[in-house]
Amino acid sequence: MQQMLTVSGVHTFYGNIEALRGVDLEVHAGEIVSLIGANGAGKSTLLMTICGDPGAARGQVVFDGTDITKARTHDIICSGIAQSPEGRRIFPRMTIMENLQMGATTADPKFFAEDLEKVFSLFPILEQRQGQRGGTLSGGEQQMLAIGRALMSRPRLLLLDEPSLGLAPMVVKQIFNVIKEINAEEKVTVFLVEQNAFHALRLAHRGYVMINGKITLTGTGQELLANPEVRAAYLEGGH
Amino acid sequence: MAYFVEQLINGLTLGAIYGLIAIGYTMVYGIIGMINFAHGEIFMIGSFICLLSLMVLGLLGITWVPLALLLTLIIAMILTSMYGWTLERIAYRPLRGSPRLAALITAIGMSIFLQNYVQILQGARVRPMQPLISGGFEIMQSGDYIVSLSYLRLFIWVLTLVLMVAFTLIITRTALGRAQRACEQDRGMAALIGINVDKTISLTFVMGAALASVAGMMFLLSYGVIDFFIGFLAGIKAFTAAVLGGIGSLPGAMLGGLLIGLIEAFWSGYFTVEYKDVAAFAILVLVLIFRPTGLLGKPDIEKV
Repeated sequence: MQQMLTVSGVHTFYGNIEALRGVDLEVHAGEIVSLIGANGAGKSTLLMTICGDPGAARGQVVFDGTDITKARTHDIICSGIAQSPEGRRIFPRMTIMENLQMGATTADPKFFAEDLEKVFSLFPILEQRQGQRGGTLSGGEQQMLAIGRALMSRPRLLLLDEPSLGLAPMVVKQIFNVIKEINAEEKVTVFLVEQNAFHALRLAHRGYVMINGKITLTGTGQELLANPEVRAAYLEGGH
Repeated sequence: MAYFVEQLINGLTLGAIYGLIAIGYTMVYGIIGMINFAHGEIFMIGSFICLLSLMVLGLLGITWVPLALLLTLIIAMILTSMYGWTLERIAYRPLRGSPRLAALITAIGMSIFLQNYVQILQGARVRPMQPLISGGFEIMQSGDYIVSLSYLRLFIWVLTLVLMVAFTLIITRTALGRAQRACEQDRGMAALIGINVDKTISLTFVMGAALASVAGMMFLLSYGVIDFFIGFLAGIKAFTAAVLGGIGSLPGAMLGGLLIGLIEAFWSGYFTVEYKDVAAFAILVLVLIFRPTGLLGKPDIEKV
């Protein structure tokens, strides 16, 4: 399979704290890959490092054959990566429509109407509320908007940080269905970070487990779901 | 009544100038959270560029007033924008991410530097200019007291109105405006959707400086004398206007500018000229006691 994203030996620091301690992983074109791990393991840091904010102190990030380790964030986004980040980070004083327009910053304007229609068909509630300001939306709506905003840039690789966090089970189900649909129909490669290991692994072609800034386990989604260590740590009890 | 109208005209004119400068303060504060204390000096430099430009155009034989003013306006906006751009590039960008105090002190340093730079190049004496736009029309008379609205003031009002409308459209309707608002609300996220944050910040300084240069031209035409120190008081007043209206809010900056202009004019007209600054700042203090976010500034209400 064709390599889309390769992360090798990446170390990232926040000040003196080493958040990533030599991460290796890869994402192939067309896959859904899930990264699971406890709070504070470094999952979100990895997504931000892929986007160059903060950049990796050591190691290499290669996207589509290009080394993007030292590239600036907006250039990385232009090259075809989009992220729905931790905390969703909707622009609070912009309307839903404006947030989606912002998402399309790097896309060719001629696709705007088409992409907008696609996002609205995935998340009809966004169309109904398009004039409402981002800061007044519920958590689930914000999550939908964050994913929709990321899709507006027509990414080849979509990075999703905890799309299920804090949402009602019904909404979680809807969001995961949409992720599956985006991957199957729009051919968008998805790299997903989750604490909700059960949903994330069931959806994924492959998965990784991260502990304390390092990848400790990898396998197909099914293999990891069946793995006793994973079951004990992430699936049984607590969730 | 006639006297009242006269002061109203004075106040609105002064307010237009303050408002244009205040926009530069409020935009920069909105986008990078610092008070650019050198902005008053950018206004002063804009004023000097207008003076020099008018002199050069005069030497070249371009003396038809509307053409000379239009050319001066364009030249001043371009050159002053370059000062604004350079200021951000060499003094503020290297400090991005450092504590706010460092940026603030740098801004004060740049303010002093620019004053001295102009003082050395242009001398410390006031520079006079012949009035360019004269005449006006009578709008009311009571007894032998005639209130007239000069063409100059009309020109200032119309120009301010045009610029503010154009500016509001840029901020609300264009991609650049959306990028600026995105940077203002969440700079990291703006980069994550592919906005070149550094470029957007640079353009914000450019836009602020361009408006300040227009204010500089209005000041020059209204008062007829400028010196290297005019940026200080005008800058402080415009800053006050921005805070009064709610720092970070564009309509607030315009409203704040008008209010400070009106307060000054009416205080000077009915009380004592010497204390007009005290009046303006006293109103600021009162407003901040009762509405700490300014008149139009809103505290962020965000639902998580």
